[in-house]
Amino acid sequence: MSDTTAPPRRGFTLPPMTVIGPVLALVLLIVLGASLNSNFLSAANVTNVLARSAFIGIIAVGMTFVITAGGLDLSVGSMAAFVAGLMILVMNAALPTLGIGLPLVLLGMGVALLAGLCAGLLNGLLITKLGIEAFIVTLGSMGIYRSLVTWLADGGTLSLNFDLRRFIRPIYFDGILGVTWPIIVFALVVIIGEIVMSRTAFGRHAAAVGSNEHVSHYSGISVARVRLVTYVMLGLLVGIATILYVPRLGSASSSTGVLWELEAIAAVIIGGTVLKGGFGRVWGTVIGVLILSLIDNILNLTSLVSPYLNGAIQGIIIVLAVILQRGRKASS
Amino acid sequence: MADPILSLRGIRRSFGPVEVLHGIDLDLAPGEVHALLGENGAGKSTAMKILAGYQPASAGQILLDGVETQFHSPHDGESAGIIMIHQEFALAEQLTVEQNIFLGRELRRRGLLDKAQMRRLSREYLARVNSRVDPDTIVSRLSNSEKQMVEIAKALSRNARVLIMDEPTAVLTSREVEILFAQVDALRAAGTAILFTSHKLDEVARLADRVTIMRDGSVVHSGPADQITEDGMATAMVGREMSDLYPPKPGVAPGAPVVLKVRDLSVPRFAQGIGFDLHQGEILGLAGLVGAGRTEAMEGLCGIRPKTSGSVEIHGQPVAIRRPADALAQRLCYLTEDRKLRGLLLDMPMRPNLTLQALEDFTGLLIDRKAEDRALDQAIQDFDIRGSRTVRVGNLSGGNQQKLLLAKIMLSEPQILVVDEPTRGIDIGTKQQIYAFLRRLAAEGHAIIVISSEMQELIGLADRILVMRAGRQMGILSGEALSEDSIVRLALGVGDAKTAAETAPEVTA
Repeated sequence: MSDTTAPPRRGFTLPPMTVIGPVLALVLLIVLGASLNSNFLSAANVTNVLARSAFIGIIAVGMTFVITAGGLDLSVGSMAAFVAGLMILVMNAALPTLGIGLPLVLLGMGVALLAGLCAGLLNGLLITKLGIEAFIVTLGSMGIYRSLVTWLADGGTLSLNFDLRRFIRPIYFDGILGVTWPIIVFALVVIIGEIVMSRTAFGRHAAAVGSNEHVSHYSGISVARVRLVTYVMLGLLVGIATILYVPRLGSASSSTGVLWELEAIAAVIIGGTVLKGGFGRVWGTVIGVLILSLIDNILNLTSLVSPYLNGAIQGIIIVLAVILQRGRKASS
Repeated sequence: MADPILSLRGIRRSFGPVEVLHGIDLDLAPGEVHALLGENGAGKSTAMKILAGYQPASAGQILLDGVETQFHSPHDGESAGIIMIHQEFALAEQLTVEQNIFLGRELRRRGLLDKAQMRRLSREYLARVNSRVDPDTIVSRLSNSEKQMVEIAKALSRNARVLIMDEPTAVLTSREVEILFAQVDALRAAGTAILFTSHKLDEVARLADRVTIMRDGSVVHSGPADQITEDGMATAMVGREMSDLYPPKPGVAPGAPVVLKVRDLSVPRFAQGIGFDLHQGEILGLAGLVGAGRTEAMEGLCGIRPKTSGSVEIHGQPVAIRRPADALAQRLCYLTEDRKLRGLLLDMPMRPNLTLQALEDFTGLLIDRKAEDRALDQAIQDFDIRGSRTVRVGNLSGGNQQKLLLAKIMLSEPQILVVDEPTRGIDIGTKQQIYAFLRRLAAEGHAIIVISSEMQELIGLADRILVMRAGRQMGILSGEALSEDSIVRLALGVGDAKTAAETAPEVTA
């Protein structure tokens, strides 16, 4: 069997379907969108799609790590709502003392990051230290955060002080050279995430833990710590997404972030990360997020199919993506 | 010989561009036990899977009762009375023994499951293999050997005309092997055609009527078992004369420093009061029956499972080992007996597997992939690992997986190495390579502990042997006392007073 020690392949070979599949789908969607509506490729529409993708996208990058390490987090949507509510409450409360200005904004950001970190830490500790299933823990915390934000808002809406809202609007709407902040932050998160996943020991360890935790334990990897860090990372990224989200509407209510968790998970799966863990790719997740937002955008721009069917089309895409994944397993 | 039930004629099989079977002929006749031998990677497993319908052949004919046939699935094979028992059991772990025996062909009465009948029959089949397993037990609670018996009971329930067993004795104790052999004899008398593989040539000589030997995807020998010696079998398998299987023992240099000093090591439920000294350049064997707590004691030593007590000194310095990383920091490495579940990430290719444990040596801020590739090149060369570096390692043969695992452990540069069943389920040629490698490591000044259930292996390899029984240390044998007889006495707890005195635990203080 020594003849099977193949040298690395030279020349161009077509990458496998799991790699080109999502990319191809994205290209097809762009071509379809452009041919149906001339405004599709306009700067305004592209900026709009990318900026709206940023919230889910930033969260989905974190979700990629959690799922790759064999976990799951259903709480991110309500966590985002809770963090947003908390951020608004703290900023409003500190307004009389600090006044409108950079210190107040920094305080709000700090609160959001800290709250996200704590929420992720709590999920992670319950899962790793108490050994409760990730599905159960995050189903529980999903309900808790959703109910907390409803309670904080007393069933209504938490709104940022009107002047304050005007002051922080640029965080969502402004940017550098026409590229808005959410897109810039999203891009940075993706680039760092991709490097961490594919080029650092932590990314390798996350995949190893998701692939087989016994092997990882025997290899001297602290399985619990790797898992915990993925949940904390995800919590922090939820905090970052919230910082970008709050300036957009300046409010939070019980309907903020509803179904974000499922969209994020769907994007991760469409991107080719394996749901049961062991293999993940951040760039794939980005493609997944863009596919989901483009479907939404195209349906809204054209009258081809009712926008109400958005969910159905996204559902079909998710199932197709998983079928592609299965093809990968069968061929290897 | 009677007309064969099942025959292969010129069977070829390719995976992608690589042909692994080059025209195999094989005849399985009723009432005949046929042994299929060969090194790992010789193509035995593939040939068996083709016989049972698990894989299609790329070319050639399968003849059933002399008529050409095609199996499209294991179900086709089963319908024709061909049952295969896998090395890794194909039992549903969460179901009961009875549910497993009747899985896929449950008995019904008026549309509902006939549980009473199935339970009665299950008991009957289990009784035929002398198994005391209760049909209501959940399979995941059974030991490996009990699972093996359930597999055979399951095959009995299917009225197998042809029974194919992939290394049936690899996980059995010697008593269970006897039960298995008795069952095989009964099946032979009943006219069943039986094919099995084994790396234990004495078993083959004892059980088989006919022997077929494969090498590199071709049949190199086929004939009656009584016309070939064990030595002849080994020679045909490796394609060269077998020199001595075990490397010579130079003996531990007098005054060699104690590298590892263990006192009163206890692992809850598994081991109590283990203590020994391990010298530089020494290979210490760890013997005992399956379930004696050898693996658990060593896992406790290496921080893989919690231990309640025990002091460990490395080079005279007391060390606290609570996690695997602590042991690695002391360059104390454990090589698991379970390479598939605890050793390798089967879904990943060679490179991440090789460097997983020593990843920090390859990582600044980022992983240096070029350095990883160089390490893999080196490992493939040093350990003679064969197979594609891009496929998932789950597709490598057992021997190559074991070599990769060894390479992975060695990348952590251990000074003390604990190897657990280093040659289980691998062929004799690779075994010899591994023995030579371990002895060379010892000669280079490493200290090694070898856990093994094969007494010959321990006697051939180890300088001293510590024997455990039911979690306790029964004694440490050395020099003249290294014999199967004395090991068995200690392992079974039947040592008389004299032997006990000679072999009293060397460490009590």
